Amino acid sequence: MSDIIRRDPRAEWIARNRLHPLHAAMQTQQTSWMGPNGLMRKNPHAIAAGFIGPNGLKRIDRSGAQQGTGVGGRRTAAAEVQLPLHSVATPAFYIAVVPDMVGGRLGSHDRDLLGLAHSLAGSDGAVLAVVFGEHKESNFSTAGVDRLLVIEGEAFEGYAPEQLVQGLRAVDNQFAPRHWLLPDSRSGGGELGRRFAAALGERPATRVWQVKDGQCIGRAGAGQQDIQRATPRLILAAAECAEPVSETRHEALPVDLSTGVARSLSRIEDLGSVAVDPAAIAMAEAEFIVSGGNGVKDWDLYHQATAALGATEGASRVAVDDGFMPRNRQVGATGTWVTARVYVAVGISGAIQHLQGIGACDKVVAINMDPGCDMIKRADLSVVGDSSAILQALIEAVDNFRSGGQRDAA
Amino acid sequence: MSTKVISLVSIGAHPSSGRARRAEQDARAVELGLQLAGDNLQVVHAGDPREEALRAYLGMGLDHLDVLEQPAGADVLGVLGDYLRDAGAQLVLTGSQAETGEGSGMLPFLLAEKLGWPLVVGLAEVESIENGTAQVLQALPRGQRRRLKVRLPLLATVDNAAPKPRQSAFGPARRGVLAASTVEVLEDTVLAEDALQPARPRPKRLKVIKAKSGADRMKAATAKASGGGGKVLKDVSPQEGAEAIIKLLVEEGVVR
Repeated sequence: MSDIIRRDPRAEWIARNRLHPLHAAMQTQQTSWMGPNGLMRKNPHAIAAGFIGPNGLKRIDRSGAQQGTGVGGRRTAAAEVQLPLHSVATPAFYIAVVPDMVGGRLGSHDRDLLGLAHSLAGSDGAVLAVVFGEHKESNFSTAGVDRLLVIEGEAFEGYAPEQLVQGLRAVDNQFAPRHWLLPDSRSGGGELGRRFAAALGERPATRVWQVKDGQCIGRAGAGQQDIQRATPRLILAAAECAEPVSETRHEALPVDLSTGVARSLSRIEDLGSVAVDPAAIAMAEAEFIVSGGNGVKDWDLYHQATAALGATEGASRVAVDDGFMPRNRQVGATGTWVTARVYVAVGISGAIQHLQGIGACDKVVAINMDPGCDMIKRADLSVVGDSSAILQALIEAVDNFRSGGQRDAA
Repeated sequence: MSTKVISLVSIGAHPSSGRARRAEQDARAVELGLQLAGDNLQVVHAGDPREEALRAYLGMGLDHLDVLEQPAGADVLGVLGDYLRDAGAQLVLTGSQAETGEGSGMLPFLLAEKLGWPLVVGLAEVESIENGTAQVLQALPRGQRRRLKVRLPLLATVDNAAPKPRQSAFGPARRGVLAASTVEVLEDTVLAEDALQPARPRPKRLKVIKAKSGADRMKAATAKASGGGGKVLKDVSPQEGAEAIIKLLVEEGVVR
């Protein structure tokens, strides 16, 4: 690189234009800011250090309007915003939330529920999240959890609804929460909440979509009526019942149960999940989809790979138009909007219509030749390479995994 | 060997016209009961025996339907609990929630608690019943199934994963008998006043951009909807790439 200092008119223009999207990113180091007590703070070092002006001369600008492009000061991304901490030292009361934790993480329904709990807790109460078993969530603090209670034990593994109710009873005895909030969902919350309500003898409000001024409104009947009542102790809330927490950071302090959970004599024995034919599951509700697109050259191999992985098959529009896949397998704006938790795109570059169709997917894996395509920008994990070779390797890897797993179990 | 199967039915409401009809999920409970017990299926309704919509259940091939006479808005929990205990039922099937009234879906849970029976939610199929235990398939979200072994007597709710109900035929519906019996009435206090109102449309959630400065708002408006921060594996052998993908799939629990 040459030493000749060059002007960058575009950067200067961006620096002048405060409305430009890149303005904040191209700003040099901050020199004054509002302190925590409302006092204006200055960083004299940053001011005196100055910046290198457009002609290569060092400039100190005390007016506050930073110009020019600092040599090392060009930051690529804005710093992570630190949200203010909402801390409850001694909670006056608790609002207990039992999130669904589908796949071990907080879902959008859970976050809505935590937002509702935060609004019910106000500034004195604490939001207590009760999580059973292991979890993979690392963002409890930004989701609005003040206290986190993780109840672990082999009794809670698998499908043990009666044992979970015993766990919630123990929490109820120790913390006596003012309200219990559970998601009214099919993935566990609706069932657990009703079981718990029957065990406590409380009458819950179900399918609640608004809680305001001590009154809650929930859907009734087949969704044609609303029922309004005073907010009961146990609320089973629908999705989008409140805005999720977005403006505060919370402590998420771990708490423990002081007493052990009573063991319930299980009358329901879990014999494990049953293999379901992935092709028989509707695309819109399939959990794991492997989609093929224009980059798939060997379709027999693709079908083998989806069978080996146990995935539902999907396709991009090109693959359907070319006759490799049936029309009802098309993913995207003109096909099916899928909600898969894991979506693997093989040889799909990611047209905007396709990306719209997978907007609700949690984890996206891309296998593609082109490292610059839109699908790789969207994906959580991308492998750049030939699809046929990678599909072949995937079949071998999953066979290895399965046989290895069986050997471990034996 | 015969297992006594009882299906609990309610009166539904058509989703658009609101006319009384057989409730969708209760009809599935009757269908499942007919497949299990055939003619020995016993069907019970707590409510008004003069309701014509009940005949739609009779039209599915039932000789008679027991009706425990109750006024609208009564608490039927005690009546149904006593009936089930006296009838000596082994398997009781219900829909997940009613289509009229509060529709909280609490009834099967309260019944199970009152009777002290185990409850299975979302029954899809009964595989076998022997030696006082039933092996059943439970429907999970996303089309998955779980196999459970449950002690009898058992209460089970069915939802849309259960077999589709057969069509109701007119002749059997006319011939069938609605056998009413008078039982004690307990008023439900919470629903006594007209608490039910026509459903209000829920506000659509807006994408609110919380930005302090104009630059932030501009950035949010022009930002491309891309995740960013994904891991990209370039110049790796297919085997290494496949290993990384399998690792993610196993972590997410979709490959077992």
